[in-house]
Amino acid sequence: MDHGISILIVDDELSVRDSLYNWFIEDGYTVECAEDAKKALSILESQDFDIILADIKMPGMDGMEMLRRIKSIKKDSIVIMMTAFATVDTAVQALKEGAFDYVTKPFDPDDLTHLIRNASKQITLSEENKILKDRVTALENVDNLIGNSEAMQQLLRDIQSVAQSNASVIITGESGTGKELVARAIHANSPRRFFPMISVHCGALTESLLESELFGHEKGAFTGAVYNRKGRFEMADNGTIFLDEIATISVKMQVELLRVLETKSFVRVGGTKEIKSDFRVICATNRDLRSMVDKGLFREDLYYRLNVVNIHVPPLRERTEDIPILAEYFAGKYCSAMGKPPVTFDPAAIKKLGEFPFPGNIRELENMIERAIVVGNGKRIQVKDLPIGTSSAGSSFESLEELEKNHIGNILEKYRWNISAAAKALKVDRVTLYNKIKKYGLNQNG
Amino acid sequence: MNYENITLIAFGLPDQDLLKAVAGVISGSLPLPLLLKSGYLDLSEFYDPARNQYNGNSILKKLDDDYSLDSSKTMGLFAVDLYIPILTYIFGQAHLNGNTGIVSIYRLTNERYGIGKNGRLLVGRLGKEIIHELGHMFGLIHCSDPVCVMRSSTYVEDIDQKESRFCKACRTILNTRL
Ligand SMILES: [Zn+2]
Ligand SMILES: [Zn+2]
Repeated sequence: MDHGISILIVDDELSVRDSLYNWFIEDGYTVECAEDAKKALSILESQDFDIILADIKMPGMDGMEMLRRIKSIKKDSIVIMMTAFATVDTAVQALKEGAFDYVTKPFDPDDLTHLIRNASKQITLSEENKILKDRVTALENVDNLIGNSEAMQQLLRDIQSVAQSNASVIITGESGTGKELVARAIHANSPRRFFPMISVHCGALTESLLESELFGHEKGAFTGAVYNRKGRFEMADNGTIFLDEIATISVKMQVELLRVLETKSFVRVGGTKEIKSDFRVICATNRDLRSMVDKGLFREDLYYRLNVVNIHVPPLRERTEDIPILAEYFAGKYCSAMGKPPVTFDPAAIKKLGEFPFPGNIRELENMIERAIVVGNGKRIQVKDLPIGTSSAGSSFESLEELEKNHIGNILEKYRWNISAAAKALKVDRVTLYNKIKKYGLNQNG
Repeated sequence: MNYENITLIAFGLPDQDLLKAVAGVISGSLPLPLLLKSGYLDLSEFYDPARNQYNGNSILKKLDDDYSLDSSKTMGLFAVDLYIPILTYIFGQAHLNGNTGIVSIYRLTNERYGIGKNGRLLVGRLGKEIIHELGHMFGLIHCSDPVCVMRSSTYVEDIDQKESRFCKACRTILNTRL
């Protein structure tokens, strides 16, 4: 197979160099060897390699230092670190320094093949990306990640820098801060963007459901398993898997997850065939995983596997300067979704929003704006339209019925009591609308 | 370079029927005279007690030093578990364009995987692995054709998927080297 891909092997042990050389030559790669880091760097001065495979422990300059130097010269170099004794720390360090992957010697023949295949895929994808890059100047798909605050700008920089690597990411932050949006942004800006991002909300599923959801199942594996079903890991092949609420998974699932992350292979529930899948993992949690590790509630080895890079999404109260721009963004979004003309904000309403602590973060702000647009007069959002407007307490609607009554009244006014048009706007049939009018005692003159 | 023959040397593989059947498979893909010999090597010097396996690199080197002939492609057949320093195991190995190669039956039998013995399958696997390594010795690299013998195999199941013959592209290259 002629791949047109070149590999540089850096290892102080002759037998390792020879074995790898022979293996890759037989596989049709162009291969060079260097016995130490100094030699490798000098070869790299005059010649480009697609993949650099380097030992971490070498006399003289060690592999990590070499990795740093290569990365400082050519940021997108694909460097794979090899180690005879895997310690979690060095592996994590290598990935943080920008290594594409790390492997423990000796490898399974299959692992070596996969490793190089993944790296090759990355090369093809980054070449495609370079072509696309001219059209993409800024980050893509960061629609809802809005704000000029330093905290937000830092978050966007973090997303950008982590997107290009293959490292596992844990996104931390309170509920409602938009952790899934961050995951989407990472995926959408990564070389894996042409493949799916598959989300799993771990907290919403029981252990056995989660297991079959992640791994898939074979027909007859349990009552109700009528068909063979692909699991989420399988669906995420070449893409990204997003595991939300990772802290909620059971100890048994933690063990299984660790195994999958280490081998990138698994068996469907009730199956026997080993399935391989190449995915990147992004997790999210609103808990303090580190302290869960300390308390023995979360496996430390899994924690290190997942937490190669940590991205923290700040709560809204730590970036209150972003509230006006966010409020306007959501107002625009809901007005256009509801087919309403654009609204403006009364300065007092903006001030009120800025003072509110938003325990539910962006999600709470978004819901609040959506509601204000439904109940408001349609032109200007005022303090009384916000459920936090204490100065005009009583004017906001407490119950859903009140909200519905007011909304239906507004729509009827808008369509001058044309029942068909109002029913269409409300997306209900005419009989339902008549019943509601009767129920709430609405009439044309108020 | 023209080669007069292929020499198979069995080290600790006494089953003559198996060897004859394998020779038949090889002849079907490589039209060169085939010599069957048996040999003796003290494998203890290649044994790694930490891995409980035998160093394929050193064995290949030994064969290169003691058995290699310019006029022949020499293939050593073994029954022990082979490894090379970077890999957990190998079925066999040879150097590209080299004159010697090795293959072991150790990981090719069904019994190794707790499945019932299957003589026909074993003959096929051993034959394909020998032809594959000989292909490397004639300068062929791995092939993406799913049934070509030069497709690389990691598991015995992979060997079963391919055939013992070279695909058209590989055969064309091979014919210039025979
Ligand atoms: Zn091969
Ligand atoms: Zn072929």
